[in-house]
Amino acid sequence: MMSLELLLKDYTLQIVALGSAVLGAVSGVLGSFAVLRKQSLLGDAVSHAALPGIAFVFLITGIKNTEMLLLGALISGLIGTFMIIIIDQYTRIKFDSALGLTLSSFFGLGLVLLTYIQKLPNSNQAGLEHFIFGQASTLLKRDVFIMIGLGVIILLVVALFWKELKLFSFDPQFGKSIGFSNVKINVILSSITVVAIIIGLQSVGVILMSALLVAPGVAARQWTDKLSMMVILAALFGIFSGVLGTLISSLVDNMPTGPVIVVVISLIVFFSLFFASNRGIFWRHIKHGKNKRNINDSRVLINLYELALNHKDVYHPHKTEVINLTNNKDKGNANVIKRLLYLCEKGYAKRDYFDTWSITDKGIKKAKSIIDNQGGESL
Amino acid sequence: MTPQLEIVIIAVIVSAACSVLGVFLILRKMAMMTDAISHTILLGIVVAFFITESLTSPLLIIGAALVGLLTVYLTEALRRTRLMAEDSSIGIVFPFLFSIAIILITKYAGNIHLDVDSVLLGELVFVPFDRLIVLGRDIGAKSLYVMGTILFIDLLYVILFYKELKLVTFDAALAAVLGFSPIAIHYSLMGLVSITAVGAFEAVGSILVIAFMIGPPVSAYMITDKLRNMLILSTLIGIINSIIGYRLSVIFDVAIAGSIATVIGITFLIVFITAPKRGMLTIINSRRRRKIEYAMASLLLHLCNHENTDREEIESNRHSIYQHLNWSKKFLEKILYKALNLNYITLNNEYLKLTPKGREYAIRCYDDIGYSI
Repeated sequence: MMSLELLLKDYTLQIVALGSAVLGAVSGVLGSFAVLRKQSLLGDAVSHAALPGIAFVFLITGIKNTEMLLLGALISGLIGTFMIIIIDQYTRIKFDSALGLTLSSFFGLGLVLLTYIQKLPNSNQAGLEHFIFGQASTLLKRDVFIMIGLGVIILLVVALFWKELKLFSFDPQFGKSIGFSNVKINVILSSITVVAIIIGLQSVGVILMSALLVAPGVAARQWTDKLSMMVILAALFGIFSGVLGTLISSLVDNMPTGPVIVVVISLIVFFSLFFASNRGIFWRHIKHGKNKRNINDSRVLINLYELALNHKDVYHPHKTEVINLTNNKDKGNANVIKRLLYLCEKGYAKRDYFDTWSITDKGIKKAKSIIDNQGGESL
Repeated sequence: MTPQLEIVIIAVIVSAACSVLGVFLILRKMAMMTDAISHTILLGIVVAFFITESLTSPLLIIGAALVGLLTVYLTEALRRTRLMAEDSSIGIVFPFLFSIAIILITKYAGNIHLDVDSVLLGELVFVPFDRLIVLGRDIGAKSLYVMGTILFIDLLYVILFYKELKLVTFDAALAAVLGFSPIAIHYSLMGLVSITAVGAFEAVGSILVIAFMIGPPVSAYMITDKLRNMLILSTLIGIINSIIGYRLSVIFDVAIAGSIATVIGITFLIVFITAPKRGMLTIINSRRRRKIEYAMASLLLHLCNHENTDREEIESNRHSIYQHLNWSKKFLEKILYKALNLNYITLNNEYLKLTPKGREYAIRCYDDIGYSI
């Protein structure tokens, strides 16, 4: 409650939260495509590749103008992305090696330029590295407006090319065969992704920007099989973690905003992995246990049925050891008794004596239908 | 030993240690794990620092290496759920652990010297200041001995387990069938990568660690197809790059790590363009040659098909044939020029006619296509 009040009153906080929310939404949407195309780490490489552009622009202009620096970052980010795509297409080098190579050599070049700038007489270069390492708390109203403007453009482009992007993410070969140009779509998607990364750099920094591009998409993927739902969910997760992260970092002393946002979104991912409907590990585990028990029950019943067929009197009782098919006598017996008790409860078997069991009419019918269905029927 | 010489030797040792392991990483599609590990070890350093309250304790290296392994394990665990691809699992684990490290540093170690930027970027210039003193005598820079030991272990590991590494890298299933454990090899390799990254990270910073682990092996991969040659070549490239990078950084007075990383990138670019078998130039050339060869065969086959039929006049007119073949006019002119030069066809008024040589060529092409189908 206190945090809500703070959010409504504190102007600076509103600005930062708004910026983080926009960033979360945009990177959630674009991240969904990156995750589906198995290019999650592109964000990491591009955000590193932006450094030489920033340093180069500063070297030429000598002033710290946000728009110009962003433009430099954008251009060198794009060059990096196209290098990665070209290396990936023309050589046998794997995509991840191309990423790592571009990331390290571009960042290295950026460091070279930064140290070169530092040595220049009376250059006011202090704080240039904040562009790379990010500082959400220093976001200004103007920065947030730029972010909103670019964010809206990016979302419009996604809406406009929705069909192509969808086709490209799931079946590029088919798309090519019916006449869509993969190269063009790749260029469009990479370009808007680079723009999104560049606007994120300033607030959360290089390393954390890559998380924002991966995590919302992965979390959203767990809840749905539809691309449209996935994109919307990813955007919502992005917004939620952006706002919550900003709030936490403003309520607790000495809490850096970017890392808190990343921790929040990571927790959302872990929660989704465990509890998402259908796919979640937790539900999968329960379903798995149920299936296993079901199969064991059927196995015991069929065994009982086959034993019964060997006798003139089908209701002839059998000892637990005979019914048990496993090698492990002690543990196996206990297990079989448990299964048999369950069968008795359902009326498929009868306990004759304290460790002998016989099948019932209902059980015979059930066993026959299981065999006819090749085990496909559950008890 | 002068500090300059020490810096160069340390750079060379680090490059050799990293590029030997890097070869296996890029072949096993684990290149980005180096990026992940070289960032998450910060968490190990921070936690070990809180326990020992000292920045020089060897526990820091152990803690960092353990977190490196933890990163590998968590990534594997996430991937094994089959709920996400491998690259996504890396992209989730490493920013998460790294963020925790940054939060811990800002919250609890704000007043202690544990500067994030300097940890990440590293600076070789300061390496010679950290001396190893044994029995009161200065025997050289500490990093020299640390990295020397690590290089020795890495080389020993690769030489001793060369066969196993090769098998697991190229055919993990076969290795498992033959009784080698791909998991044991995987974790021992990643353990060494962690230790190497930790040791190198102190000296050269994480960016150069990534550059050394990926750059030289990838360049070597462009040149050779043999694992042994690739190991030797990538070590050599790493060593040469660090010497050139250091010289350039002295000349221009810039960051050594950045300069070496840039040289590594440029080396790759040169290899990428000019490599004998897989370079861009070769690929573009051979694609163009194949395109022309194919076009020539299409033209000759087209003429051959319609030779002595009643449609011959329509099909072999030089002003309309490009429409039949679905080519541009310019492309047709180019191919025609070549065909005339090679004496495959003759120009009779406006009609193209096959020469005996051209007919023979067309028939041979037809047979080749028949065989390949």
